[in-house]
Amino acid sequence: MSESKKIKSSEITDERTYLNRRNFIRTGVLAGAAVATGVGYRLFNPPPPKEVVTAEIDDVIRSKPTSLKDELTSFEDITNYNNYYEFTTSKTGVASAAENFVTKPWTVSVDGLVNKPKVFGIEELLKIEQEERIYRFRCVEGWSMVIPWVGFPIKKLLDKVEPQGKAKYVAFQTFYDGSNPKGKGVNLPKGDNGMQSSLSAGIEFPYLEGLRLDEALHPLAILATGIYGKLMPNQNGAPIRLVVPWKYGFKSIKSIVRITLTDKQPITTWSRSAPSEYGFYSNVNPKVDHPRWSQATERRIGEFGRRDTLMFNGYGEEVANLYKGMDLSKFY
Amino acid sequence: MNDAKFNKFLVFINSLIPLAFLLWDWFFNQLGANPIEFFLRTTGILTLIFIFITLAVTPLRQIFGWNQLIKLRRMLGLYAFFYGVIHLVTYSIFDKSLDVSAIVSDIWQRPFIAVGMTALVLMIPLAVTSTNGMIKRLGGKNWARLHKLIYVIAILGLIHYFWIQKSDYFYPILFAIILAVLLGHRVYKIMEKPKVQRQKA
Repeated sequence: MSESKKIKSSEITDERTYLNRRNFIRTGVLAGAAVATGVGYRLFNPPPPKEVVTAEIDDVIRSKPTSLKDELTSFEDITNYNNYYEFTTSKTGVASAAENFVTKPWTVSVDGLVNKPKVFGIEELLKIEQEERIYRFRCVEGWSMVIPWVGFPIKKLLDKVEPQGKAKYVAFQTFYDGSNPKGKGVNLPKGDNGMQSSLSAGIEFPYLEGLRLDEALHPLAILATGIYGKLMPNQNGAPIRLVVPWKYGFKSIKSIVRITLTDKQPITTWSRSAPSEYGFYSNVNPKVDHPRWSQATERRIGEFGRRDTLMFNGYGEEVANLYKGMDLSKFY
Repeated sequence: MNDAKFNKFLVFINSLIPLAFLLWDWFFNQLGANPIEFFLRTTGILTLIFIFITLAVTPLRQIFGWNQLIKLRRMLGLYAFFYGVIHLVTYSIFDKSLDVSAIVSDIWQRPFIAVGMTALVLMIPLAVTSTNGMIKRLGGKNWARLHKLIYVIAILGLIHYFWIQKSDYFYPILFAIILAVLLGHRVYKIMEKPKVQRQKA
């Protein structure tokens, strides 16, 4: 090496400075990588959104203290953990995904085999006597809640339209963007409600459900307009939904726009999507397992262990007679 | 600390960050309404992610020549096992209350649990033989042959993931595509080899 190319000793970084510099860079790399990993994690697991509290429903008839000793699930859990596939398949993501759901104006068309078909405005339905009903709610996925619904028996609505003798079933349909139900004077919210495509959800929309007429007329079956004395939050099926406490949760169809009386067993969404896994009846039954998981136990939201699932979700005394003589492992 | 050691330290710390978040959120009650389900799902997905990162080491070396990565592979594989064990422990304690007969009947009756359990059991010999001493004792060839089990484990893990979905298969499909690329690269390499030999002959 020529003299001129030789590095002067004064130019050599002394060891301590070199090590300090290297440690500095390394600390930076470590911190940067850690933050990136952390941000990535949070992106997929965001903290719960702020709570949106809806207006109080006037003159709710409070339920009498019942034999139901189960503790109520908190408002926060009820409104931040549920399924509403039109918005997202993430149970914790529904609340924020449904934030911009416009539910005014809202109408429910009641038609089919009835003497007096009618399109009801939601205001009219809210004028029907509103009662509090504290029910167990059991999801087919194996979790459960205890929810203080507000609403009225479906019978009160059906009485107004007078079902014909031929009517054997009641079909329900959920609101879905761009799928206004047929019928005169139907006035539904327009614009981007934040709903996703059938392809993203993996099930066909609009969501459809159905009951046998005698099931629908049962006093326990209600149309719910709220929870905890307040109007139904968007994510829980605003402004009006079905609640059938002895059946798996997916039967309790949300944001109803159409109710049709028919003489044929109606198509139901989950049964159409996977007939071997979900049937028309879908009564809570610890003895009939889902093909891929057991239905014998459930996790009550707020509890750590699992508890036994009750036949008909604990409403056997009231509803078992509806299914007399039926093989419930066949009619699941 | 030399560079290789620092890289290991870097991976070690980063791999613990998801666990740190999980424990933090658990402690401050931020795991949502169903913390057990969240913990189970997250540790399961982390297991799959670490299996995939481990499987990415060889393609990345072959394509980009990042040979240093081989020194990190053992740790990545062990993290996959680590999160898999947490996944199983969470299931056994909180989902089955350590009831052995309930777990056994679950494995027997639920194919998706049987498949997941098989994948985890197959990871045990790989974790046990991950030390330098064991590699020597087995001999490199046998060791490499044994560790091919990771391909089976990855596929079983993916089936396990598919099987628990109700209708939305976005993430399972995404994971399947990633695994197809990772395994496809290996198949491609094998197909490539004989050609070279033929040309030489």
